[in-house]
Amino acid sequence: MVAVRERATRRRASGGAGDAAFHGLTIFFATLVLMILGGVIVSLIYGAWPALRKFGLGFIVNGAWNPVTENFGALAPIYGTIVTSLIAMLIGIPVAFGVALFITELCPKWLKRPLGTMIELLAAIPSIIYGIWGLFVLAPAIQEYIEPALIDTLGEIPGFGILFAGPPLGIGVLTAGFILAIMVLPFIASVMRDVFETVPPMLKESAYGLGATTTEVVTRVVLPYARVGVIGGVLLGLGRALGETMAVTFVIGNSHHVNASILQPGTTISAALANEFTEAVGDMYQASLIALGFILFIITFFVLAAAKLMLLRLQKNAG
Amino acid sequence: MQLYARRRLGNYVVVGLSLAATGFGLLFLVFVLGTLLANGVGALSPTLFTQATPPPGSAGGLMNAIFGSLVMTAIATLIGTPTGILAGTFLAEYAHNNKLGEFVRFINDILLSAPSIIIGLFVYAILVVPMGHFSAWAGSVALAIIMIPVIVRTTEDMLNLVPNALREAAAALGAPKWKVIVTVTYRSAVQGMLTGVLLAVARISGETAPLLFTALNNQFWSSNLDRPMANLPVVIFQFAMSPYADWQALAWAGALLITAAILVLNIGARFFASWSGLQK
Repeated sequence: MVAVRERATRRRASGGAGDAAFHGLTIFFATLVLMILGGVIVSLIYGAWPALRKFGLGFIVNGAWNPVTENFGALAPIYGTIVTSLIAMLIGIPVAFGVALFITELCPKWLKRPLGTMIELLAAIPSIIYGIWGLFVLAPAIQEYIEPALIDTLGEIPGFGILFAGPPLGIGVLTAGFILAIMVLPFIASVMRDVFETVPPMLKESAYGLGATTTEVVTRVVLPYARVGVIGGVLLGLGRALGETMAVTFVIGNSHHVNASILQPGTTISAALANEFTEAVGDMYQASLIALGFILFIITFFVLAAAKLMLLRLQKNAG
Repeated sequence: MQLYARRRLGNYVVVGLSLAATGFGLLFLVFVLGTLLANGVGALSPTLFTQATPPPGSAGGLMNAIFGSLVMTAIATLIGTPTGILAGTFLAEYAHNNKLGEFVRFINDILLSAPSIIIGLFVYAILVVPMGHFSAWAGSVALAIIMIPVIVRTTEDMLNLVPNALREAAAALGAPKWKVIVTVTYRSAVQGMLTGVLLAVARISGETAPLLFTALNNQFWSSNLDRPMANLPVVIFQFAMSPYADWQALAWAGALLITAAILVLNIGARFFASWSGLQK
């Protein structure tokens, strides 16, 4: 009797020790995730320090990029990053909305799964593939058909036409923005689809019962209900577009000039890093590139954090 | 009546636009895959797998790059899988309504979408600079860091799907918590967790940006993990941007190989998930 109880106690004690050890192990690896983020921040600041100290905040508005005189500024890459992402969002958001609307409201049930899978496969194709495709297929097509048309129509408008000035090169900001649009499309569409599906069917059915058309149900019931989530999805896509590297590097032309025309070559933060980092000679050159990386990290961090907070808020409302 | 007609017309327009948008999205999937097949199939040959990357103007293959990609992906998986699974276990089993858990979950979701080139810079700073040279180790670590958030996320989701009654039944039999997790919870979620690992492998097999600053590239055959190592994505980048036709053909072949591998992994993972009844 005593032996049995002793054995039970011993087993409980060993269970307790095993529990503590296992719990500790999982906590360790969970904090490793935090340490990665902390490490990223510290290493970026440390690496960028020489450039930050030399150029200060002026780094952000300095349009120069001259490795010979070691005068570096982030204006052109920041400008390119923002403009390409803006173009991507202008094209990507409406299309993603259409896709999500089709999948949740219009398509027959048997088509839902395969269609969702295909859109997700679009997201699985790595960015280098979009890059090589963009360079050899998309850029020539845009140069041949889209850019001349833009120059002849929108380019003729006084003032506004400056956006479409210059010769059609194929390689440039517009092509980069377009390829980004295709790349972020599946991310935004699948978040929107998931968000639309959180709308209680009862609400939608009531509206349909009152005689509302699909359009009216979506604009007056689904969208107001899912607004926060839709914004979250859009921000998630924006976060992707801002940091996307390889596809952009292939087609943007890599020129450190701020150019009003979206038909001309430009550069983005990530493209500048991918192109120049391993070839950067001199400490100041490398530090300036790392400083670019730090700026990119801060921008994407806040965009992604905002996206996450929006989606969390929706989850809380739904739960 | 007029109002009704107008509403119906408006609805047709929106439905039509929505259809067009879906067609637009699918068109590009077909377009990209079609171009890949058209350009890649012609460049496929057995020598791809038996010869190393050539200097411009002569014949060669991608053997060293394929080998490098496989090795670095394997090492990254070995590092990333246990890390991700244990961190995910913490979130699912120990961190309900727990500040640390919420914070880790938040940061993990940000890392999930963070630009991979930043991870490359990070590994460059912590491994390449101290070691003094580029190496396959650094490349593997960079890939592992990209993998971890994916696995954390799927592990947590999959463990949350396991019914609590199962855990309670095991606990009622006197099993300590760690034993419940390892022998009961893991066992019933194992297919889902493997799906997550497969998706993570698919995610890293095309990653280029983080390898540029870590593993770099190597024109020759090398199995030394302490040296720069060739890998498919960086070779594709370099060869596609070059003016040489035979290099470009090799880039297409490599692109086709990578895409085929990733699509197989993705579809395999999906099949696996639905087979185990744990579709998300």
